[in-house]
Amino acid sequence: MVAGYSGPVVGPVSFSVRAGEVLGLGGANGAGKSTLLKALTGTARVHSGRILRDPAVRLAHHRQRPERPPELPLLGRELLALLDAEGEPPALIRPLMDRPIAEMSGGQYQFLQAWACLNSPVDVVLLDEPTNNLDGEAIEALGAMLGSLSRERAVILVSHEQAFLNEHCHRRHDIEPWVS
Amino acid sequence: MGELIFFDPLFRVPFFNGLILAVVLSLMGAYLRLRDEWLAAFALAHVAAAGGVLSLPLGLPVVVTASMAAGLVALLLNLLPRANNNHYAWTILLGWSAALIFAANTHQGSVVAESLLRGQLYFSHIGHLWAAGALLALLLVSLPWLSKRLMVGRFFPDFFSANRLPAWRHRLLFGVLVVFAAVLGTVAMGAVPAFAMFFVPAWVAFALCRGWKKALMVTVALGVVAYLAGFILAMQFDQPFGAALVVVLAALAPLRLLARFGRI
Repeated sequence: MVAGYSGPVVGPVSFSVRAGEVLGLGGANGAGKSTLLKALTGTARVHSGRILRDPAVRLAHHRQRPERPPELPLLGRELLALLDAEGEPPALIRPLMDRPIAEMSGGQYQFLQAWACLNSPVDVVLLDEPTNNLDGEAIEALGAMLGSLSRERAVILVSHEQAFLNEHCHRRHDIEPWVS
Repeated sequence: MGELIFFDPLFRVPFFNGLILAVVLSLMGAYLRLRDEWLAAFALAHVAAAGGVLSLPLGLPVVVTASMAAGLVALLLNLLPRANNNHYAWTILLGWSAALIFAANTHQGSVVAESLLRGQLYFSHIGHLWAAGALLALLLVSLPWLSKRLMVGRFFPDFFSANRLPAWRHRLLFGVLVVFAAVLGTVAMGAVPAFAMFFVPAWVAFALCRGWKKALMVTVALGVVAYLAGFILAMQFDQPFGAALVVVLAALAPLRLLARFGRI
């Protein structure tokens, strides 16, 4: 497909992802990786081609810059409850459960959002640059989460960090920008 | 004297009308702040005032014409890809000027306009009270369903489109609640005091609280306390209610400084 907004931004590109798989999408800055994820969530436009998707499939999308309204008194556990995230939180998440999101660092909030998406009852998780703002310990924890992925769930991971993609993805696909 | 007036049966309907609206407006204000749409309340209050001025020439009740105007503008704002404070600011400017121009060019329009901009709580009748009660009931009944959807939409904006779930239902319901809250608040308290009730309690509570539910409770508590204090002050010292309410709400602002000692 070719995807974009008022005009095409990325493609043509073709890929598939199956349950239990982590698919990495790499490519240069501005190649249109995030636009591709937005096309999957219906917020970017598919200019040509199509997305074949089981209607029952549910998605969670971790944005490159997660929404964080200023001064909101929401606690970490309340944010997780929005996506019905389940499971025992890892050590890095536990101290955030009763902390207002306004008091979290950028990296902590990014990691909390990624964990919420990965542990929500969905079939496909879209992660857009989830390592942004994360320190080494959090990146390692994120890698462990991807490694212990349920066999019923798939992940499409966008990252500009080649090493992270190579280490944690079963397959990777490099994205090229659309050329008129 | 003031105490006698306060307990006068004539003031019971206005008092309870305002009390219910204090709960509704402050609670709605928390969700408007969540969505970063708090200025929309001020915009709709001015549009409601402009619509209300047309009640006499159209021969309809103020609440009806105010609701029609505010509902139409809310619908137009909702058609924008993403309405923001720039749009709300323009709506305020146009709503304010429309209210005054309609007032200057309609029979007794200036009287109606002044009552809407200043508020006419003491002239509330039983119909206003029923309308406010119905709005509160609708808000409380729908909130368990509505709240999570509004929050998911704020933190995970493409959740609904990604999962092919209809978002229009909760957006429409929230829009309807905001429009009627703005209209009833404007008719009873006046445009500026109604906006102050939308804006201030949540602004203070969000700085002080840890946790969403606690913040909602503190927001409503502040709104109710401010309303009671404003009502008593206005009665006791024979002051305009709307202005007394805004003064009391403004006096709550320093409470935000308590956040320096930790959130509750």
